[in-house]
Amino acid sequence: MPPLLEVQNLQTHFGTIDGVVRAVEGVSFHINAGETLGVVGESGCGKSVTAMSILRLIQEPPGKIAGKILFQGRDLLELSEPEMQAIRGKDISMIFQEPMTSLNPVLTVGRQIGETVILHEGVSARDAEQRAVEMLTLVGIPAPARRVREYPHQLSGGMRQRVMIAMALACSPQLLVADEPTTALDVTIQAQILELMRDLKTRVGAAIMLITHDLGVVAEMAQRVIVMYAGRKVEEGSVEEIFLNPLHPYTRGLLGSMPKLGSSLHETGRSKLTEIQGQVPSLRRPIIGCAFASRCPQVTDVCRRIAPAIEEKTPNHAAACHYVERALAAA
Amino acid sequence: MSATQTPLLEVKGLKKHFPIYGGILGGKTGNVYAVDGVSFAINRGETLSLVGESGCGKSTVGKAILRLYPITDGEVWLDGARIDNLSQGNLRPLRQRMQVVFQDPFSSLNPRQKLRDMIAEPIINFGLASGSEIDDRVGALLDKVRLPRDAMYRYPHEFSGGQRQRIAIARALAPGSDLIICDEAVSALDVSVKAQIVNLLSDLQDELGLALLFISHDLAIVEHLTHRVAVMYLGKIVEVADRRTLFATPHHPYTRALLSAVPVPDPTVKRQRIILRGDVPSPINPPSGCRFHTRCPFVFDRCKTDEPQLRDVGHGRMSACHLDVVPDIVPNQPVAAAA
Amino acid sequence: MSTTTLTPDNFTPAPKLADVLPPRKERGRVGMFIHRHPTIAVGGFMVSLFVLMAIFAPFLGTVDPTALAPAKRTRPPSEQFWFGSDMLGRDVYSRVIYGARISLIVGFSVALLSASIGLFIGLVAGFFRVVDTIVMRFMDGLMSIPSILLAIAMMALTRASVENVIIAITIADVPRVARLVRSVVLTLREQPYVEAAIASGTRLPMVIIKHILPNTLAPVLVQATFLCASAMIAEATLSFIGAGTPPIIPSWGNIMAEGRALWQVKPYIVFFPAVFLSITVLSVNLLGDGMRDALDPRMAKRI
Repeated sequence: MPPLLEVQNLQTHFGTIDGVVRAVEGVSFHINAGETLGVVGESGCGKSVTAMSILRLIQEPPGKIAGKILFQGRDLLELSEPEMQAIRGKDISMIFQEPMTSLNPVLTVGRQIGETVILHEGVSARDAEQRAVEMLTLVGIPAPARRVREYPHQLSGGMRQRVMIAMALACSPQLLVADEPTTALDVTIQAQILELMRDLKTRVGAAIMLITHDLGVVAEMAQRVIVMYAGRKVEEGSVEEIFLNPLHPYTRGLLGSMPKLGSSLHETGRSKLTEIQGQVPSLRRPIIGCAFASRCPQVTDVCRRIAPAIEEKTPNHAAACHYVERALAAA
Repeated sequence: MSATQTPLLEVKGLKKHFPIYGGILGGKTGNVYAVDGVSFAINRGETLSLVGESGCGKSTVGKAILRLYPITDGEVWLDGARIDNLSQGNLRPLRQRMQVVFQDPFSSLNPRQKLRDMIAEPIINFGLASGSEIDDRVGALLDKVRLPRDAMYRYPHEFSGGQRQRIAIARALAPGSDLIICDEAVSALDVSVKAQIVNLLSDLQDELGLALLFISHDLAIVEHLTHRVAVMYLGKIVEVADRRTLFATPHHPYTRALLSAVPVPDPTVKRQRIILRGDVPSPINPPSGCRFHTRCPFVFDRCKTDEPQLRDVGHGRMSACHLDVVPDIVPNQPVAAAA
Repeated sequence: MSTTTLTPDNFTPAPKLADVLPPRKERGRVGMFIHRHPTIAVGGFMVSLFVLMAIFAPFLGTVDPTALAPAKRTRPPSEQFWFGSDMLGRDVYSRVIYGARISLIVGFSVALLSASIGLFIGLVAGFFRVVDTIVMRFMDGLMSIPSILLAIAMMALTRASVENVIIAITIADVPRVARLVRSVVLTLREQPYVEAAIASGTRLPMVIIKHILPNTLAPVLVQATFLCASAMIAEATLSFIGAGTPPIIPSWGNIMAEGRALWQVKPYIVFFPAVFLSITVLSVNLLGDGMRDALDPRMAKRI
């Protein structure tokens, strides 16, 4: 069965005053129907830009997207703006990080949810409000009939995020793109939202592209994971493979630098976290060789000259590194 | 880490309320009970973490200790001397003993000041050096935070978030203080950069015998770095324990829910989560009795009327819960599964 | 997993990717500056031109701007009188060139004085509640009077001179700067770096000087350029209605005032000073716009 979404050699560049910023440089991946793909990386790695490129929300000057984005067989980059609008909110939806600024402060919650339904299904305002109440019930907001007439500032952060999810799911999309959906929330609220998302996924059956820098969230929610660095995909595999058997030195560094709850039970004193030396290279200059070369603990001259292609190293587990075998042997 | 008689910092019954003005004549209509009776102590060379979610008042505690605003009630003692009732003028020399590192690396450094002037400011303020000696000191501090010496002639915008936090740490170390208050100092940084800064703080503590008041909402980082933990909820402390005790056997229902809510980066672990219902109540109108009773999975009638006091419950732990005086109904479950 | 010997053949290079955007032109440092800040470049260049013109007026083919030659009055522009001659036979060209001095002197002086005074008032008001309430109400009162009327009233109280024109316009403009500075100060006071400075033991006066003041300069500078432009127009207006620069001294406003009666038949007397004034004011405004964009803190994050 062909994948629901297939991204091929995506490049998104921005022409700024200071030079060309190569935010996404040759990223390819796919998402199958109903699965959750985790997109992991730190700030500046291009994960949000990838999501915005899929939904064609990038301002075309100064940005420019190249490559192919096949959704149900159609190349989204070839569609006209009206055709794209028919897809956004209906087939592909997005939820953002900051629920306060992603909701219009002067419209009631019900109207914002209803807007999507009216736009895509042409129902009356009455029916749209009814659907909004249904959606609020679905996302677990108590007293939905009352809440549907309230404004965003009257709701807490967790509730606003639920409203965003309600808006995104109002027309039963097949793909939900979630860009750091819980980063701005407190950890107990985050637990509620993650549970809600898991629950909704089984009910609505949407595929989810979950973008986050929080490896804990990815471990809980995703089935497959891609790791991004400096606009490139450096590793891809199932969630178990990535966490238990990370191949790329960046992934290993990332996992090592995260403190894990329960660490105090296993050691006597305080240990050190693994550090990744240095900083992310600037995306304004073309990067020669491996993007991670400047920080990699096992860098060689070859790494600095030849950028590694991303290839399958163990079954269903790909990494962009010349020395995976050597690293595996050394580990 | 030598144990001394008097703790370096002692906070007793600290309260900070912010008035709310409203109405036609702009009179006071209520209070934000940001901090409502907090007590703890930090010894020399130890790290106490203050954890909690947004709105619990932990940052306000930090700023109140630093007297960035006057406190509503309570006492703050620094090395056996009371400081909360001093005038700003009398407080100033004592400020040398405690410094702060803030959360946002972008707004905690004056964009129009060179690093050298920024780091030299506390040195000059307390008269610790003069003339060319200042530059030497600044250079030595930059060495300590692992930044190149020539950075001192540059401006903050030329550095990344992680580097700016290092600069902020260098500034905090400049007057040779014993206590550094880290107010969410690593929260705004990327994962790999957090690790660098946390390691740095750890090293500096070992090297210089610093005490740290580490304010954070990130429990995994706290577990890694701290000696003792105080958990706050809605302006009050609900549990205090040392690291192992708290993370292995969390006691207070809120602490348990908090720890179980943290996602674990291990896909093979399936945990039973305690999911709290509802949202955090507003600090303007805190619930009666125990503040946590509106969300507590173990609530019973006494919780709604009586406020539990923070008391010693053994194992070096203090907890504020009515369940402590009845036999523990629910068995404590260790939070992290065996690796 | 067997360790394969890694020879160059085993390294699979990533596929080369084409450039998505067309290649950019290479520019030198000056070129880069002009490309990034075109308004500053154009505005700054024009303003410098006018300043130089005013300074080197005697060498630009001018004659004494006050020299009377009634026999040659109201001549249209010609070889001898480049911009024509006015009703007293004076060379309009020379008067216009020398007139630039007045406009620029008034403009820059007002900008400098009102910026400094307004800065001081705004800083104090932003920090001390008591001063704030009293002084800002007074400023509000001043601002409720249209600035030109205020200036006219001031001029009515004293004799006409360039200095008094400057003082009158300054008084009318100070409240604007004070308000701006006060609001900036109120925001800056909450910044973490100010809290950090206080925690480092810095005394309040030093906090204001080292931390608040440098960060207020950018908006004040931008405001000052706009004040300069409006001051030049104010001076011209005052002179035009006879309440400004004494008629002896050529200023663009004066020239236009004198030529007003004849402008339908001898338009060049009014035309040339008007054009010069417009272009100068436009250039100063462009410079101000460009500086505002360049100093905008949102832009600073791009670095």
